[in-house]
Amino acid sequence: MLRLIGRRLLLMLPTLILASILIFALAEVLPGDVGRSILGQYASEADVAALNRELGADRPLVVRYAVWAGSFVTGDWGESPILEIPVRPLVMEALGNSLLLAGFALVLIVPISIVLGVFSGLRRDSWMDRTITVSTLSMTVIPEFVSGVVLLYVFAVWLKWLPVSALPPDGSPFYDRLYYLILPAIPLMFLELGYIARMARVGTVQVLAMPYIRTAVLKGVPRSRVIFGHVLRNAMVPTVTVIGSQVGWLIGGLVVVETLFAYPGIGKLMVDAAQSSDVPLLEASVLMVAVIYMLANLIADIVVALLNPRIRKGG
Amino acid sequence: MNEPRSPYGSDPDLRAEGMELGADPEMLELRADAAAAGGAQDLAADSDLRAQELQADSAAALEQRRQRRYLIKALLRSPTFMTGLVIVVFWVFMALFSTFITQSPTATDPSVSLKAPSPAHWFGTDDLGRDVLARTMAGARTVLIIAPLATLLALLWGGIIGLVAGFYRGVTDEVIMRLIDVLLALPIIITSILILSLLGKGTAIIIVAIGALFTPVVSRTVRAAVIGEREREYVMAARLRGERSAFVMSREILPNITQPLIVEGTIRLGYAVFTAATLSFLGFGLAPPSPDWGLTISVERIYLQIAPWTVLFPAAALASLVVAVNLITDGLGRTFSK
Repeated sequence: MLRLIGRRLLLMLPTLILASILIFALAEVLPGDVGRSILGQYASEADVAALNRELGADRPLVVRYAVWAGSFVTGDWGESPILEIPVRPLVMEALGNSLLLAGFALVLIVPISIVLGVFSGLRRDSWMDRTITVSTLSMTVIPEFVSGVVLLYVFAVWLKWLPVSALPPDGSPFYDRLYYLILPAIPLMFLELGYIARMARVGTVQVLAMPYIRTAVLKGVPRSRVIFGHVLRNAMVPTVTVIGSQVGWLIGGLVVVETLFAYPGIGKLMVDAAQSSDVPLLEASVLMVAVIYMLANLIADIVVALLNPRIRKGG
Repeated sequence: MNEPRSPYGSDPDLRAEGMELGADPEMLELRADAAAAGGAQDLAADSDLRAQELQADSAAALEQRRQRRYLIKALLRSPTFMTGLVIVVFWVFMALFSTFITQSPTATDPSVSLKAPSPAHWFGTDDLGRDVLARTMAGARTVLIIAPLATLLALLWGGIIGLVAGFYRGVTDEVIMRLIDVLLALPIIITSILILSLLGKGTAIIIVAIGALFTPVVSRTVRAAVIGEREREYVMAARLRGERSAFVMSREILPNITQPLIVEGTIRLGYAVFTAATLSFLGFGLAPPSPDWGLTISVERIYLQIAPWTVLFPAAALASLVVAVNLITDGLGRTFSK
């Protein structure tokens, strides 16, 4: 098991390097002449060259990349030229907020979608099955800001069951924070619901067709034990795998939901940095998202391995 | 890793069936015919054989046409496909002609700002007194320009890359697929924000960005389909005839993978609508006063408490389009895999 984790961590490295090269290329290479873009089109060639030398922008790309990546690894993330504060604490705080929201959403997503999926799998091809499948899949394909505004209207404006804002007043206890996060978490849940429920449904249908289920039923094992002991457990593996592969969508969803609810997470920070062309902040937040993205994929793989003895032993 | 989901389209068994589309016995026979016809060409020194071959060709063509007619009939009977199609056709019609039917989507009138739906303004008015019905109908235009063009770009690039990678295999395949994976090192929405914020906004850039980011997934699908085809007799026959690789790829293999390509195209179209709308909601798309749905929801959402109609109608419109495209995908996938 440890070997599996170690190997996966090593495999993460090249992907992370690729992601950082992509970010570097987009942020530092494509905009072209750094000195020229700072000094404007009327500056003299000599001034531009001098500034480029001072900034290190005249060095070869490989060196520039190494310096850029090196400063990130050593924790020097630079300062935001627009907000004029160090980037790192800003990103870290936003990241914490996002993890809370994403974690809360996942806690809601997993049991609900598995229950729905297993339920419709057990009642395959009934009208309940069709209703669940069609409605969860529709929720999944509708953009999260669309479901978000509709939910905001229904539950916060019309019924007034939930608060409009995503953050409680300062000094509120922790459970209050979660209460304020219910509304933002639902669009995130919708985003994943259809897909995960569908996997759980397919898993259930497949498991139900297995001979050992027939054996268990014929042996007189109670239905509840068949479902909880066999069906649920085996339907979990494909479901968890899918949850792992959906992390990218969850992150994309965070960007949108945080913007919609004005929640100070990493997604909103990234959008704000992009809108105000705050390159150091943009780079740092995108890079952190890349790290989280890969770690989340790793965790999903480990959970799958824990659920499936064949991978666990073989790894 | 970042395999974008394809909600309706990628039921695992459905996908698997899609991959085996070519295994349909009728299609196999058809291919054997075509291969026989192709193989005969080598020997066709005299006109007699040529005539026979022509006959075989036209028989195969006839068969193909019959198949196509059958598929279209099946699609017309599919309720999911037809529902989706009707809604999409409605929005295409509105995108083209709504300005002739409704009031102006951009004319402002401060005297009727934020009025609730009424006989004069069926969907109410927004903060600048613009008619929400007119804006909702005209809002289809931008997304219906961006999404299909981006999808076509992705199909073109992904098609070429997938054909080349799947046809040559080996080192070429390895290198191409690794390079392509770089684009998927980050979630798609993140990469597109990065691209749009650094290269500038604008419809053309959005189309190219979405097209480029969807290319890896399309090329994977095409590659898988090509690998399924390249060992078949008709490809062998074409190669033995001494056809150039480009000819074999474009004229022999490509026509035989159109079904998975069409399904993939509609799946991507759904995502392209989703992504384009999301980007314009986040402020990386068009600028006001465009009636674009994502932009309108983003701009008008501050009035959600006092004038919800300014937001809810565009939201419903966007939801209907996305669901409709996915219904089409679902209908196509089911019909093709039958």
